[in-house]
Amino acid sequence: MHLILFLIFGAVCVAGAVNLLLQHHPIDSALSLVVVMGALAAEYLLLGAEFVAAVQVIVYAGAIMVLFVFVIMLLNAGEEARSGGSRVAWIFGVPGMLIGSILMAWILLKHSGTSRVEIGALPGSPQDIGWLLFHDYLLPFEVTSILVLIAIMGAVVLAGHAQSQTRAIEKKEG
Amino acid sequence: MNVGIFILVSVIKIALVFFILLTAVAYTVWLERKVVGHMQNRWGPTRVGPFGLLQPAADGVKFLFKEDLTPPHVHKTLYIAAPMIAVAFALTSIAVIPFGNWVVLGDIYTPLQITDVNIGLLIILGLTSLGVYGIALSGWSSNNKYSLLGGLRASAQMISYEIALGLSLVGVLILSGSFSLREIVDAQAGHFWGFIPKWNIFYGGQFVAFFIYLMAAYAETNRIPFDLPEAETELVAGYHTEYSAMKFAMFFMAEYANMITVGCLATILFLGGWHGPIFGPYILQTILPVFWFVAKVFVFMFIYIWVRGTLPRFRYDQLMAFGWKFLLPLAIANLVITAFIVALKS
Repeated sequence: MHLILFLIFGAVCVAGAVNLLLQHHPIDSALSLVVVMGALAAEYLLLGAEFVAAVQVIVYAGAIMVLFVFVIMLLNAGEEARSGGSRVAWIFGVPGMLIGSILMAWILLKHSGTSRVEIGALPGSPQDIGWLLFHDYLLPFEVTSILVLIAIMGAVVLAGHAQSQTRAIEKKEG
Repeated sequence: MNVGIFILVSVIKIALVFFILLTAVAYTVWLERKVVGHMQNRWGPTRVGPFGLLQPAADGVKFLFKEDLTPPHVHKTLYIAAPMIAVAFALTSIAVIPFGNWVVLGDIYTPLQITDVNIGLLIILGLTSLGVYGIALSGWSSNNKYSLLGGLRASAQMISYEIALGLSLVGVLILSGSFSLREIVDAQAGHFWGFIPKWNIFYGGQFVAFFIYLMAAYAETNRIPFDLPEAETELVAGYHTEYSAMKFAMFFMAEYANMITVGCLATILFLGGWHGPIFGPYILQTILPVFWFVAKVFVFMFIYIWVRGTLPRFRYDQLMAFGWKFLLPLAIANLVITAFIVALKS
């Protein structure tokens, strides 16, 4: 039962990803990405990582993708013009991607060292994740948060710079 | 309990909860019209049935028989899907809400809740955050400037206030140590000094969190004083301007179902869930918890309507400043202080 559901959601995930590339309109592509995120959350849930699944839905499908859709709506982006794509990409890209993915799957299956694991056998509860984040990996966690903070400050500085420039122009003109 | 009985019990519970929820949605609309009417020195609905009690049925029939228009130049798929997304996510979140204790019928032993999952609160947060798509997409796909502005306002507002809402809940989570809504309610059993109930709102300074939750909940459900997405004086009707008949009714149902979910969540997290004075024979002991739960949700809904009848609408910059510069820092301060107290105690 678990395996069948896992395969179904895997297929939904891949179908969403392919649809993302095939759609002409940015909003349709963004919504396909939402489907991919939702299917991934279902996969996490089936693997027994319910907290990660919930966070996947809340953060990725619920917040980040809403912002994507929001920006597309705000810019009123229209349909994209299609180019045929370069011939080199078709000749080398598609076989290259196939070989790469087969190679990766083979290496993972051959050398991963982990045998089959029962669902729920690995720790995935909120307590376990909290313990890992705030105890074992406290330093990397805090460093990541500082990185994010720097990124936010960078965005604020860039936006503020543009604003002060327009204000200066307005002052000169007015 | 074997699989057949489990499925039968689950189907009965789902049908029952769904029926009660839809009836509650219909009668919340009636209650709102009646209460706001009396607050404004009017009668509200009086014509259909005694006290206008059959008005929701009449409205339902009206919505079913009205012409279902699809304006030209809309993005057709999304235009049709948007109300369905909104109402589906709004109605799904009731699945994890616990209404009362376990009940025993013969050898069937089942909780008064469709399903008890250990991440119940996160599921509700996830579903509400996905509900934004219904509103945002309806605004965009209608090909109407008022709809688009309404949809943009709604999604910006819901994203902003969801942060404060989420942070206000973390204090409660720290106190009860679980994401399961049933365990959160169980943690609030008992009394201080024999008479003050041990609800989260009276405990550990969580009345601040309750205040933040209340404000953020009004903004999340797009209600006055934060109903800018459908501000009729500037945006006609906001994101659902182009919708008619049952599609409009779906948005309406989604809004009221969200209000009820928010009320249930407030009851569970801050007001002690189904805990209250329980006495009498066994049958009364089974019904009373559900009665207390419904009574608390009713009080919450009444406050919703009361606020609607009292307050004017915010300006948009005031809304954003209130959310980001007041509620968010307050929620963070509440979280830090709660965590500090709990750490000191343990």
